[in-house]
Amino acid sequence: MSGARLIPTIGMEVHLHLATRTKMFCACAVEYDAPPNSRVCPVCLGMPGVLPVMNKRAVELAIRMALALGGTIPDFAQWDRKHYYYPDLPKNYQISEYDQPLGVGGYLDVPLDGKTFRVGIIRVHLEEDAGKLMHAEDGNYSVVDLNRTGTPLLEVVSEPDIHSAAQARAYGEALRQLAVYLGVGDCNMELGQMRCEPNISLKIGEGPDGTPRYTPISEIKNLNSFRAVERAVAFEIARHREEYEDDPDGYTLEHLGKSTRGWLDDREQTFLQRSKEEAHDYRYLPEPDLVPVVPDRKWVDEVRAALPELPETRRRRFVEQYGLPEYDAGVLTADREVADFYEDVVSLHKRKPPTDPNVPKAASNWMMQDVMRVLNEQNIGIGQITIEAGDIAAVSDMVLAGDINRETGSDVLRIAIDTGKSPWQIVQEQDLAQTSDEGELERIVDEVIAENPGPAQDFAEGKDKAVGRLIGMAKKKTGGKANPNVVREILVRKLRG
Amino acid sequence: MDVTDLTACRMRDALRARDLSAADAAEACIEAIDRLNPKVKAFLSTDAPRARRRAAEIDKRLDAGEDVGLLAGVPVAVKDNMCTDDGQPTTCASRILQNWRAPYNAHVVERLLAEGAVIVGKTNLDEFAMGSSTENSGFEATRNPWDLDRVPGGSSGGSAAAVAARMTPIALGSDTGGSIRQPAALCGVVGMKPTYGRVSRYGLVAFASSLDQIGPFGRTVEDAALLLQATAGHDERDSTSVSETDEPVPDYLATLDEPVAPLRIGLPREFFGEGLDPEVERAVRDALAVYEGLGAELVDVDLPHSTDYAIATYYIVATSEASSNLARYDGVHYGHRSSDHTDMIDMYMRTREEGFGDEVKRRIMLGTYALSAGYYDAYYKKALQVRRLIRRDFDEAFETVDCIMGPTSPTAAFRMGEKTADPLTMYLSDVYTASANLAAIAGISVPCGFTEAGLPVGLQILSGVFTEERLLRIARMYERETDWASRAPPVCEGAS
Amino acid sequence: MALSRDEVLKVGTLSRIRLTDEEVERFAGQLSSILDYVDKLKELDTRGVEPLAHALPIHNVLRDDEPRPGLDPQKAVGGAPDSTDTLFRVPRVIDDGSSA
Repeated sequence: MSGARLIPTIGMEVHLHLATRTKMFCACAVEYDAPPNSRVCPVCLGMPGVLPVMNKRAVELAIRMALALGGTIPDFAQWDRKHYYYPDLPKNYQISEYDQPLGVGGYLDVPLDGKTFRVGIIRVHLEEDAGKLMHAEDGNYSVVDLNRTGTPLLEVVSEPDIHSAAQARAYGEALRQLAVYLGVGDCNMELGQMRCEPNISLKIGEGPDGTPRYTPISEIKNLNSFRAVERAVAFEIARHREEYEDDPDGYTLEHLGKSTRGWLDDREQTFLQRSKEEAHDYRYLPEPDLVPVVPDRKWVDEVRAALPELPETRRRRFVEQYGLPEYDAGVLTADREVADFYEDVVSLHKRKPPTDPNVPKAASNWMMQDVMRVLNEQNIGIGQITIEAGDIAAVSDMVLAGDINRETGSDVLRIAIDTGKSPWQIVQEQDLAQTSDEGELERIVDEVIAENPGPAQDFAEGKDKAVGRLIGMAKKKTGGKANPNVVREILVRKLRG
Repeated sequence: MDVTDLTACRMRDALRARDLSAADAAEACIEAIDRLNPKVKAFLSTDAPRARRRAAEIDKRLDAGEDVGLLAGVPVAVKDNMCTDDGQPTTCASRILQNWRAPYNAHVVERLLAEGAVIVGKTNLDEFAMGSSTENSGFEATRNPWDLDRVPGGSSGGSAAAVAARMTPIALGSDTGGSIRQPAALCGVVGMKPTYGRVSRYGLVAFASSLDQIGPFGRTVEDAALLLQATAGHDERDSTSVSETDEPVPDYLATLDEPVAPLRIGLPREFFGEGLDPEVERAVRDALAVYEGLGAELVDVDLPHSTDYAIATYYIVATSEASSNLARYDGVHYGHRSSDHTDMIDMYMRTREEGFGDEVKRRIMLGTYALSAGYYDAYYKKALQVRRLIRRDFDEAFETVDCIMGPTSPTAAFRMGEKTADPLTMYLSDVYTASANLAAIAGISVPCGFTEAGLPVGLQILSGVFTEERLLRIARMYERETDWASRAPPVCEGAS
Repeated sequence: MALSRDEVLKVGTLSRIRLTDEEVERFAGQLSSILDYVDKLKELDTRGVEPLAHALPIHNVLRDDEPRPGLDPQKAVGGAPDSTDTLFRVPRVIDDGSSA
């Protein structure tokens, strides 16, 4: 069947560390960078005789995420033990949820290249993380730090609705954004707070009885960045295609099943870790030490009611409600707190009515140009910026009303951030108010035309570009205060009359 | 007065009245242990200096008029599968934990300490509580104080023997398929398995998590009630321990002497069938006659799934859970590690080969097999379905009767080595007891006589979930009419 | 239900218990007879019977997200057969990511 159209079919399993203070089944603090084995207790050490106790906040965050994904919360969820032996898993089983998870179904709409595509969600469930196995300096040993053992993990399993490497990456980024928006986790991939495991195969076509046929599935582990996700998926798609073209009859899911592969970032390729034959027999067992979770409907409704506006919904609303271009809306809603701040700036404008279309666009420019620059320079989040949304609105008000020009506005903003003074105070103190007095400006413009005959002539003849130089000269003569719009009008009147 | 002849309750009264000091009570037990343990081998470890220090401290507080607690100054022994953070090892009678010292106390140990008890030692058991004779201990086999060539029963054989031989008035054991009740019967003492969830399992080294319960041994029902009172109650560290609001802990001692009337006693045909020793049956029927004499009505009930099917169910459920619970013993984080290995996997394999005894290995493998891919439905799931049928049998029976009675064990104490050739023969010792664990209900064994050869026989009484208060009263009714507890085993007489 | 030698070895490996040839033989016999015994459950009709996984009808035992101090590193690793001051130490693992 060579020449058949092979459709990449990708599902993602994503693990997220939850933003809880304590571990999933014991009261040890969850802390990155703590000294080795200093955030452990008999329970997470898996000592003889210990028992797990569920973290309420972890359950709540899981329900929140499941609901935000449009899933349902079944009446009954149960914990299971998943058995395998490894030195970073002290009990030699992981407590997880096998067939009765906390959340079922749902979807995520993912923006990519100006469009959105939808990825179905199969399930959302909780489990505990393992510790860290590291190689000792002395090559004969490995060492184990169990601080991370027991950290709550949320696993989100998607339907195989992803069909390209770019989509895989976009999905991961959108899921992360949602989790951060919800306060479910910080999800920093480089810190290991989020792990993406794509499951990749190619749909070969349909068999004689109409059922879909696939190449074997490969699951990729050890991806530490979104870039790696994209590269690995692209690599696998190409590899599957090659393998299939070499052996169209044999390279199928029926024959070879699912394998696990690791990603080598420096070589940008995958390698086989575990074949179908070596797959784990996890010997799932309903966890007898934990009782089932029967989420109270009232509690679920409360969590649902408390959900913030989701990023994709907000992005679309910014486009519709504020008339912002897609790109701007995307930038402003990438971070929930930035979006909140932006909307505050919009609503705190006093001199223009809220429905004035100039206001949101002006506010957007202030955010994207001035505020973002400060955040980058100072390497801070919007929560740490030393200016209030109201003050930015005040500056924007002044510019829109013509009291000061845009460049002056930027300066005022900067000074406000540095000194903490109010914009009004700064404008007064430094006498920055723009001059719009027609009389005075007429006199200035006459001087400028006299002193700049060349550009004046160019402009009179229709070369629009020349006006910039003339306005610039007028500003220079007025110490930057000439209202450029008024100056332009006067120049047009005098030179093109 | 020989202090070791006193029950825990009488000791407690004397201690409170200051007719007896905690130091003397502890010393009496220490002396008895020194004298008798070499023969009975009930204790794996003791710490006499520590016990003495503790007793002295309790005396000081009692002298100052303080209310030190329910067990103030009373010596207690603890089965060595419960964690004690007191310098003594917690071995579970296994080489794999031979030198392990727990860095925390089990909940029940915390309770004992809070109530002023003096822990005199850790007692022997079948390794990881797997067995019915204590012959599976990784270190030594405990002897029955009534006949040193015979087994004390198991798995809590050490605690039962220690109480029977008066080395300690009371002791804690654990019961997963009968491991308190059966040794109690074989050693002629009272042993009780509370309802699942009545006593916290935090710090009890798990064998079968959905079946294990900690319970008391004493020579009298009153002593068992006292120890239960001290240890029962909710523990937030054990998610399976019932809450105070759902099931508050009653005052077991306050109502103990109130008979239950009317009393309807269920007798399952299945508990009096094939395999029951005639002498055991006679002693049990004599006890039933005593109840009739007190006005109780004997009623036939059916427990069609409670004997053979219960054993089969038990040996799937318990071994499956055990294979999981014992997966952690791998030489990485604590316990024994094999010194001779080639790589990580080999280290695991050799560590467990060296550290575990045969019975533990068998049960782990059985459980692993039952849970493995392709077998789960046929074994584990099927067993859980039968478990529900077993539970239904009891639910239906308890609609018409207040309790169920029968023999605790099909035989009196058997000889050492008699049942070790074929594991199944040993498993059938649990035939009357395992169903109670599967159904989560409460059960007690009280002494009801002796065989011709002078071996104790136990009467088992079972009642519904969280009915311990009534169960103890029912047991007390019979005890009041008899005097089995006053007979001491021959080993207690004579010089060391 | 007779267990073959291979099946016993497979279960042994899955249980991480090394078995001598003698043990494989002996355990094969013993385990087979136990499995024969437990097979009697097949005599029972359990269609439609809900498995009883949890002994009591308790649900939702949840803990507040408040940190509590645990063990210090020395106590945590102190009981280990091999450790550094603060880390557990094991023979070098050839890392495939899981399942030693």
